[in-house]
Amino acid sequence: MAIASAPRSGRYSVFAIAREALRQHQGWHRAWQNPQPRDRYQVVIVGAGGHGLATAYYLGKNFGITDVAVIEKGWLGGGNTGRNTTIIRSNYLQDPSAAIYNKALQLYENLSQELNYNVMFSPRGVIMLAQTEHEVRGYKRTAYANHLQGVATEWIEPARVRELVPIINLEGPRYPVLGGLYQARGGTARHDAVAWGYARACSDMGMHIIQNCEVQGVETEGGQVRAVNTSKGRIGCDKLAMVVAGHSSQLAEMAGFRLPIESVALQALVSEPIKPCMDVVVMANTVHGYLSQSDKGEMVIGGGTDGFNNFTQRGSWHHVEETVRALVETFPMISRLKMLRQWGGIVDMTGDRSPILSATPVGGVFVNCGWGTGGFKSIPGSGWAMAELVANGTPGPLAAQFGLNRFREGRFIDESVAAGVAH
Amino acid sequence: MLILTCPYCGVQAEESELHPGGEAHLKRIGPDGNDDDFEAYLFARKNPKGVHFERWRHAYGCGKWFLAARDTATLQVYGTYRAQTTQPPQEIIDKIRKSRPDWQPDWSPEKVWSSEKGSAQ
Repeated sequence: MAIASAPRSGRYSVFAIAREALRQHQGWHRAWQNPQPRDRYQVVIVGAGGHGLATAYYLGKNFGITDVAVIEKGWLGGGNTGRNTTIIRSNYLQDPSAAIYNKALQLYENLSQELNYNVMFSPRGVIMLAQTEHEVRGYKRTAYANHLQGVATEWIEPARVRELVPIINLEGPRYPVLGGLYQARGGTARHDAVAWGYARACSDMGMHIIQNCEVQGVETEGGQVRAVNTSKGRIGCDKLAMVVAGHSSQLAEMAGFRLPIESVALQALVSEPIKPCMDVVVMANTVHGYLSQSDKGEMVIGGGTDGFNNFTQRGSWHHVEETVRALVETFPMISRLKMLRQWGGIVDMTGDRSPILSATPVGGVFVNCGWGTGGFKSIPGSGWAMAELVANGTPGPLAAQFGLNRFREGRFIDESVAAGVAH
Repeated sequence: MLILTCPYCGVQAEESELHPGGEAHLKRIGPDGNDDDFEAYLFARKNPKGVHFERWRHAYGCGKWFLAARDTATLQVYGTYRAQTTQPPQEIIDKIRKSRPDWQPDWSPEKVWSSEKGSAQ
């Protein structure tokens, strides 16, 4: 890590564990500080989820900007970072998407070492099932596109799906498995640890992470951002980065512009923990369901989104029923499982199902939003590209295609055809 | 589950019987509109956390489009009304005011469609 001073939280290592074991674990420090906000920072980032914290981290690491505050209305990582199904993959159809998601995947691969924090990245492989002829053609097309993009994916036949997922029922009849798009390097990571690891590294660089600090207004002067007014007072800034997912429209309104975003609830549920039975991630987009097994043994099931605007982090019962009813046919053994928990998160959907990393009509204000249902997998790549945008004021190659002007220019990065609902 | 009453056939329809159609009262921009207006019409959405007017189709019923006033923060339904109107009827506004006395309508044409408000860089 490119951190000049000695980390305040102390370095985690096997030697540290041995040392602490001999002195009754008295020497562990807070992983991150809990400061009061100063009057002013060079950069204020709104939203201490994965994307906001990763943006702060790469601002410090890649651009040496450490006069940064990350402010959060709730607690760190308590929004969608703590509510997703932790799937990581980069098998997207369009080139700009593949580039940024694959950057994220590559950064995930070394993130534990980079942050000195175990994010439990598990490259267990991701299969997206093709259950209709239409999907077969779509995924073959994506596999070819991925070859051209240098993203390692392959089309696999049903027999190979069965080898990888012994608990699967290939026959249908309603949803037969006709093959799949397989990305062996995809997988999962521990979602909280990603936020915590970035937070610790940011705090060690001297950045302020300020929780329970809600933005109530954006102060501008002559079309240029001056400050944010928060529940902890006025905080001045040269640059403001809005990285708040579901509430992006509300923050944009405070700054005086509108976004092509609609917020809907996406939900997931987990079963009781069972013995290991499936060591890959399986996504079934026809039925809006995806399934993986957590390290604790729970079957993690992601469902579809509500069709209507919604800011309640709940989800709807009939979506649970639809998802589980369809998955039971493909995975008959889950019919005997009890479900433990169900929850929802508010996702920010754009029309083309691609994110927005962009300057805005207000000088010094940048947005990173619109990741919709696919935010977790992109955290490191999103932070990397956003840091470049905020530091330079203009996007680098990763963010260049994701500007707000693409809507005006009709230059969509259409992933809705390729990915359907489930990202 | 969300339940809306179809104003045409009177059926209390469950969400799974309906098809959502996004923000209501969008005004199509004609040939005299500029690029900002047309972009705002196509893409910019209010996406409010609170009172929202939206389109629904009674897909597995009478098949007609209708409009609903609903709260996106509480999921309270204020009412539904026929789609042949450019503004919510007074009775719907009264119902909203009863629950949210501080709520202000924002559909004066100048405000909703001014280009500096609706444009995005």
